[in-house]
Amino acid sequence: MSTFADVDQIMADTAERLRELLSARGLSQPALIGIRTGGLWVAERLARALALTTPVGELDVSFYRDDFGRAGMKPQVSPSSLPFEVQDRSIVLVDDVLHTGRTVRAALNEIFDYGRPASVLLVALVDRGGRELPICADVIGVRLALPAGQQLKLQGPEPLRLVVLGG
Amino acid sequence: MIDPAHGVDRQADLYVADGRIVALGQAPSDFREELEIDASGKLVCPGLVDLCARLREPGAEHKADIASETRAAVSAGITTLCMPPDTDPAIDEPAVVELIRTRNAAAGSLCRIVTVGALTRGLEGTLLSEMATLREAGCVAVGNALRPIENTLVLRRALEYAATYDLTVFMTPRDPWLYQGGCVHEGAVATRLGLPGIPAAAETAALARDLALVEEVGVRAHFGRISTARGVELLRGAVASGLQVTADTAAHQLHLCEEAVAGFDSDCRVDPPLRTAADRAALCSAVREGTLSALCSDHQPHDADAKEQPFCATEPGISGLETLLPLTLALARRGELSLMVAIERLTAGPARVLGLDLGHLGIGAAADLCVVDVDSSYRLDGERMLSRGRNSPFKGATLQGRVEWTLLEGRVVHAPKP
Amino acid sequence: MIQPRQLQLDEHGRLRHLLTLDGLSREHLIAILDTAESFMGVTRREVKKVPLLRGKTVVNLFFEASTRTRTTFELAAKRLSADVLSLSIEHSSTSKGETLLDTLRNLEAMQVDVFVVRHALSGAAHFVAQHCEPEVAVLNAGDGRHAHPTQALLDVFTIRRHKPSFGELRAVIVGDILHSRVARSQIHALNTLGCAEVRVVAPRTLLPVGVEQLGVKVYTDLVRGLRDADVVIMLRLQHERMQGALLPTEHEFYRCFGLTEERLALARPDALVMHPGPINRGVEISSAVADGSQSVILEQVTNGIAVRMAVMAMVVGAQAQASRGAH
Repeated sequence: MSTFADVDQIMADTAERLRELLSARGLSQPALIGIRTGGLWVAERLARALALTTPVGELDVSFYRDDFGRAGMKPQVSPSSLPFEVQDRSIVLVDDVLHTGRTVRAALNEIFDYGRPASVLLVALVDRGGRELPICADVIGVRLALPAGQQLKLQGPEPLRLVVLGG
Repeated sequence: MIDPAHGVDRQADLYVADGRIVALGQAPSDFREELEIDASGKLVCPGLVDLCARLREPGAEHKADIASETRAAVSAGITTLCMPPDTDPAIDEPAVVELIRTRNAAAGSLCRIVTVGALTRGLEGTLLSEMATLREAGCVAVGNALRPIENTLVLRRALEYAATYDLTVFMTPRDPWLYQGGCVHEGAVATRLGLPGIPAAAETAALARDLALVEEVGVRAHFGRISTARGVELLRGAVASGLQVTADTAAHQLHLCEEAVAGFDSDCRVDPPLRTAADRAALCSAVREGTLSALCSDHQPHDADAKEQPFCATEPGISGLETLLPLTLALARRGELSLMVAIERLTAGPARVLGLDLGHLGIGAAADLCVVDVDSSYRLDGERMLSRGRNSPFKGATLQGRVEWTLLEGRVVHAPKP
Repeated sequence: MIQPRQLQLDEHGRLRHLLTLDGLSREHLIAILDTAESFMGVTRREVKKVPLLRGKTVVNLFFEASTRTRTTFELAAKRLSADVLSLSIEHSSTSKGETLLDTLRNLEAMQVDVFVVRHALSGAAHFVAQHCEPEVAVLNAGDGRHAHPTQALLDVFTIRRHKPSFGELRAVIVGDILHSRVARSQIHALNTLGCAEVRVVAPRTLLPVGVEQLGVKVYTDLVRGLRDADVVIMLRLQHERMQGALLPTEHEFYRCFGLTEERLALARPDALVMHPGPINRGVEISSAVADGSQSVILEQVTNGIAVRMAVMAMVVGAQAQASRGAH
């Protein structure tokens, strides 16, 4: 296991890029949705950094995953909670590590079951490549290449640390 | 060689001629040997006498028939089978007795079949049957099988009439109202599984009533398939008072208790039901001391449909011929009975109840005997059972005691495969 | 001779059928309750479905009439995006003599994933689980007097939402315990979750022999039984009980065992009033209490859908994992 230093710096970079993108798109009060658990921690920090007023939504995509047939029911499922109307809203979907893209696909399906958003932007703290679906992030904190056998995990909530497992 | 009737327990040669036992130890001078069976290391005992076995013919041939069941019986060392009257038609006419005799002959007369005639017409419990005629036709006793006689006056009269002809009355004490709808013993397992229960009083209430009548009438009575400790106590009291009363229980009652049903196993659904450990222990003591003078198979073969249903919808009964001897020998091995007593309860004991000169190896007796390898262990394979009824909770269990030879009146009716 | 509790867990301890709560560990029950909690939010969304069981076929095999249980199982399956088939068998082939086994075989030819079984005979769900194909999951929707696991689960789920700590609770079940599959399942659930005390209250005729061996304190006096109770569960009294010489009249039952406001006052002031439904007003419970502030009866019904969704998702998941040889 090895640790990457300065998640705070990556977080600051991400916040800055997001601010620029929102400004360019003319979106002043988007609703942030963090994919549990890592994505949620990132989303909460982004919301604070950007001084957003809308409370952050939490998404647990367990019921939308495409591996139910192989992995079965996850034992700890807490309910998703979106404390705002999704209909016609500009959404910023936040995940910690973007890898195959399947989690984001599940998250999009779940969001659309709540309503029809006006738009969805994707923020990923880390893009580690290895995509299996045509999905890419609008804002990336840092790109990291990792061999397939290794897992990259965000640990938190305080302090936040990126760790590599396996390999 | 074990012959409990004569207290014989020794190694000896046995000589059989013209269907009878002719000598023990020494061959008679004119003895010309036709067949020698080497029984060294094996147990030789009288052929077993089974007081209650349903062969399903006539009336329920889809379950079993005389040919298949007699074959199964002799393979298990049983040389005399006693059929209860609840065939279809019931054994309330000499014609049915004759029919059974004919069918047995057609099947090769492998086993001796004796019949209990109906106590009431059609077993309905209202009109008397022609008991004298039935006795003449060959019935060894009369009874009403599992059908209740609710009218106490009718029962008393039936007992008196049977006594006129010196007939033993076979009774199974069951209160129909307390039995109604029940399928297991009314106890902890019934409560946990939510199954309608049959209380002990279903047996004892009827037994007390029956004993009161037997006492007053003075008829010879045999109570079949006792299942409760309290029932045993009542019988003990009756015997002590001098009543001519005998009783039996089914071999499986000494091995299984209500817990066996805990998985809704329909092969464990029997009537009377499997009861508590305390009942089982009391039955065992009663067999040991002789209050229960016989162990029977209570053989009830069933077709698959009868047992492949949710528990309460199944038909009760165990296919018991092929486990009668091994289960009884197991009791001896466990030290609950001596081997002598165990064999006695399968041979001389039941023969006495039937009033027949069977179940022993005295000089001049019918040469009904079996040769048993008591140490041989085997797994009871449902597919290989000879009975057409495979409904046994002992399927897959390891049993000890395999019958190698069975002789009926000196004829070999079961022999080991070459 | 396989016991139902062993039949419902696969060799990794996963729940592949739900037949009875008897023998399920506390961990299993908590997992079901937690999963149900996560399904609660689904009903409040625009699209009241999750795609978890998409492409799966759920068959409701109801040999006993029951509109309410059948509809909640149907709703649960549909909310999981499964295809649902509801069969009320009292009206079809089995009444013409087709055995349960034959019915099962005919249905299996249709590639079913889940059977939800309700039957008048104890052990029927166990029977179906023993005789169906290994990849098919069986949920017991009530078998004779034996078990009604989803009802008990939604009951303890409801209790937990109001009183999070089972270890301090005194739960009282009142009514026809003898014939009640709900009561048996509730007793197992409450004891497994560590309830301080589980009591049953009924006249002798409605108490099964040796019921205390299930882990309950027995009362034949409602006044004593209700004292300091935290949860009061009233069971439905069937009209047939009068016919079977088990009770003289509903009137006397209500006088001695009915839950009135006066009787309820004997329990803790914040005690929950529950009933599996449908309620018999004026027989086991007064309207005032049934509609009163302590009653969570309607909540029980709502919670039933989430609980059944949870159980359905869990057993299908376990079967899917098993068939892939996953650990």
